[in-house]
Amino acid sequence: MLAFIIRRLAQSVLVMLFVALIAFVIFRYVGDPITSMVGVETRLEDQEIMRDRLGLNDPVVVQFARFIGNALQGEFGISYRLQQPVTELILSRLPATLELAVASALIALVFGVVLGVFTALRPKSFLTAGIMAASLVGVSLPTFLIGIGLIYVFAVELGWLPSFGRGEVVDLGWWRTGLLTESGLKSLILPAITLSLFQLTLIMRLVRAEMLEVLRTEYIRFARARGLSQRAINFGHALKNTMVPVITITGLQLGSVIAFAIVTETVFQWPGVGSLFITSVQVVDVPVMAAYLMFIALVFVLINLIVDILYYVVDPRLRVDGGAGN
Amino acid sequence: MSMTETTPPPPATPPAPPRPEGPLRRFLDSDIFYSWKRSPVTILATVTALTLILIAVLAPWIAPYDPFNPASLNLMDGFTPPASQGPFSDNWFLMGADNQGRDVLSTIMYGSRVSLFVGFMATLFAMTMGVGLGLTAGYNGGMIDAIIMRIADIQLSFPAILIALLIFGVARGLIPANQQESMAIWVLILAIGLSNWAQFARTVRGATMVEREKDYVSAARIMGVHPVLILLRHILPNVLGPVLVIGTIGLALAIIEEATLSFLGVGVPPTQPSLGTLIRIGQQYLFSGEWWILFFPAVTLILLALSVNLLGDWLRDALNPKLR
Amino acid sequence: MTEPLLSVRGLTVEFPTRHGILTAVEDITLDIMPGEVLGMVGESGAGKSMTGNAIIGLIEPPGRIARGEIWLKGRRIDNLPPEEMRAIRGRRIGMIFQDPLTSLNPLFRISDQLVETIRTQLPMSQDAARKRAIQLLDDVGIPDAARRIDDYPHQFSGGMRQRVVIALALCAEPDLVIADEPTTALDVSVQAQIIDVMKQLCAERGAAILLVTHDMGVIAETADRVAVMYAGRIAEIGPVRDVIKNARHPYTEGLMGAIPRLGENLERLQQIPGAMPRLSAIPKGCAFNPRCPKVLDRCRSHRPALSPTEPGRQVACWLYDGVTEA
Repeated sequence: MLAFIIRRLAQSVLVMLFVALIAFVIFRYVGDPITSMVGVETRLEDQEIMRDRLGLNDPVVVQFARFIGNALQGEFGISYRLQQPVTELILSRLPATLELAVASALIALVFGVVLGVFTALRPKSFLTAGIMAASLVGVSLPTFLIGIGLIYVFAVELGWLPSFGRGEVVDLGWWRTGLLTESGLKSLILPAITLSLFQLTLIMRLVRAEMLEVLRTEYIRFARARGLSQRAINFGHALKNTMVPVITITGLQLGSVIAFAIVTETVFQWPGVGSLFITSVQVVDVPVMAAYLMFIALVFVLINLIVDILYYVVDPRLRVDGGAGN
Repeated sequence: MSMTETTPPPPATPPAPPRPEGPLRRFLDSDIFYSWKRSPVTILATVTALTLILIAVLAPWIAPYDPFNPASLNLMDGFTPPASQGPFSDNWFLMGADNQGRDVLSTIMYGSRVSLFVGFMATLFAMTMGVGLGLTAGYNGGMIDAIIMRIADIQLSFPAILIALLIFGVARGLIPANQQESMAIWVLILAIGLSNWAQFARTVRGATMVEREKDYVSAARIMGVHPVLILLRHILPNVLGPVLVIGTIGLALAIIEEATLSFLGVGVPPTQPSLGTLIRIGQQYLFSGEWWILFFPAVTLILLALSVNLLGDWLRDALNPKLR
Repeated sequence: MTEPLLSVRGLTVEFPTRHGILTAVEDITLDIMPGEVLGMVGESGAGKSMTGNAIIGLIEPPGRIARGEIWLKGRRIDNLPPEEMRAIRGRRIGMIFQDPLTSLNPLFRISDQLVETIRTQLPMSQDAARKRAIQLLDDVGIPDAARRIDDYPHQFSGGMRQRVVIALALCAEPDLVIADEPTTALDVSVQAQIIDVMKQLCAERGAAILLVTHDMGVIAETADRVAVMYAGRIAEIGPVRDVIKNARHPYTEGLMGAIPRLGENLERLQQIPGAMPRLSAIPKGCAFNPRCPKVLDRCRSHRPALSPTEPGRQVACWLYDGVTEA
């Protein structure tokens, strides 16, 4: 178990280094850091002095090492556009994004698994045909159109829910949450649904496909031949086998919710990390882009690690070294 | 009994049911065509997709107006509702006019052209790159395989839209300001293509590894046939089916991705609006009641993505009978 | 004469396909006596496994029993509602599958699978069921059963897994065990052991066996009677010794000729020319006629029915023309 985790950790570090390299290249070579910071009017000699002082004339390897050292301390420089430390910017906007992502991940997971199991067990049902058709329409609908559609119906026409923003937030000192006020919760509904729909469809289709696959296996046929009840076979045996591959992909999907939030946050003017990123791309605010990339990579690596460990817990075949063998 | 056909005793070789000859006949008789005929939804999707593509291709000749020719439009016609005459011109607007007095139907026709062009080119790019890398990784194995597939893994675990945004941002930082507009479409194609190649690579690699172990490939290798030739002649034909499926679904994804990027304001330049750009413009007027500026481009985009997606979905099932 | 344990009368299994209805099994009539081992032999696709699946009620849709009846101990079972048929599976009829590597659920301990099956079939406490499970594993020859019972399937070798499968099939002491190619997937060196274990345990419990295999050697050593299948029909049925020594049907003769026998000149090893027809292209008349060395005119137009040639033996061949005409 320990060896497994250490190996996975090492892999994670490699991935992070790889992403850090990309972030560094973007940071260092897209645009000129000096002109971005002080403007083109500064005298060339002064620029050269700054260049030296910032270490931009050092060998690339040294610069990369420094970049990583700074990153480890949460130091990503100053935003060109907002003239604030990037880390501070991201941290101040993180709660909004995380609350949105977790809410929609929960929606996607619960409904995705339930609908996937249902459609697999009742392949001929009328309802299944309806759900499958809806899911196909679902993956073809761009997220931003779903958001606009929901806003139009529930905010503009019906006036039930707010169309943008986060509502009232409560500052807990280290976290500004929208979950404690009525307007905050109301504001969360539409963006969370919008963000969840795509993942929901994916999870549902995945669960359904895996479950159908599992129901065709020999061990399920053998379980039937032993006279086990339909219930025990479907929910005792097949569901567990279904969940093994589903855990991996679902875990990764949930990670991508945070990245997908870029679009949803833009549509709903949600003050999160995603909308910060998109404005940074528009004006080429390089430090923010690089930091965001590192941030997303970290989220993915962490989720990956958790998924791997879960996988290990669920599937005994991975624990080969622990068993009696023969 | 009921099954048997009145044939003379067949020869000792396994009897094959007599089939008509000729490629067209063979196609019409194939399982693929059979499953196509059997699925009304697929037929409808095919017709829809082909119609939209045709309209897009022919836009310059069949569009009622040229929305980018300042001479043909009148700013005062702005916000003319659908199916009515512009108040300050002779122009008649089936789907209404937008804020600048442009005919929405015509902008959609030209917009689909941009969307489809970007979608096709990006998919083609992703396909070429993915198939190439997949073949290389699967055939060589070892270190090359490990590196390519690790990168593909990392790529696959990040959403395409994020990667495309990054590439776009980087390109914007690298390209001089005066060339940005003319380069924008190519940057977009590059960004979408680069964010979608991994799926191709993964599938092709898997299939290649299976094929590589087969006797005829070993034989060709022992005979000293050049690896590139082996890949192209023996292995590539065997992976075309899955590639076609991923390509079709990838086209739908690319169209949606382009629309999303343009909606976010980082896609094609406003002088060359795609469906996503039109929706971005239309969104500003939705709340004030001018719904048609958003509605018609949105419906077109959905129809386009949905019909292509349905085709891909059907193709996957038809080529993979196990899942039926 | 005792009552047969299982009676199959005119069993016909059909699969609707786009090219028309395929008849996988046609007009099968046979009896199995209590405690008897009936071998069923034939090439793959001859309909042997399908017959076994039909008896235990596990034909995969869209396949269906189109005609015929199946009686178990004087009770008709082919048209039972699913819940009643489920009660028969495992309890009255057990089944052993071909591939032990795929017939055990990889995510569950052997103990879980055994105890669950035992408690489904018999009213027993968890502890009693576990004791019985250990006893069963011991009976099928798994060394150190009390310890190994909590292992996962992947911790056993193929032969050991097939022993577990046998234990599972015998959990509730069924009257009939259908063994579908029980040794085909195994290493040659353990095949005989598995057959021995299976035969011995069934004999101790008085269970009859329907042994489906393409291996005439296994039949010769194990079965009391044998049914030779060709293209979905029974070609010949009778006591093993008689059928081997004195095959009646030309197909059986060919089949025997294809087995090397000790002391015989290898040059005499015969092969039947041609291959079994596909289900979609079964020739008119006797299905074997295109390959038959002794073909008669009417073999090409009329199908011979299975009719007795001597006590205990039946053959479907015009060479032994009795009285019937199809």
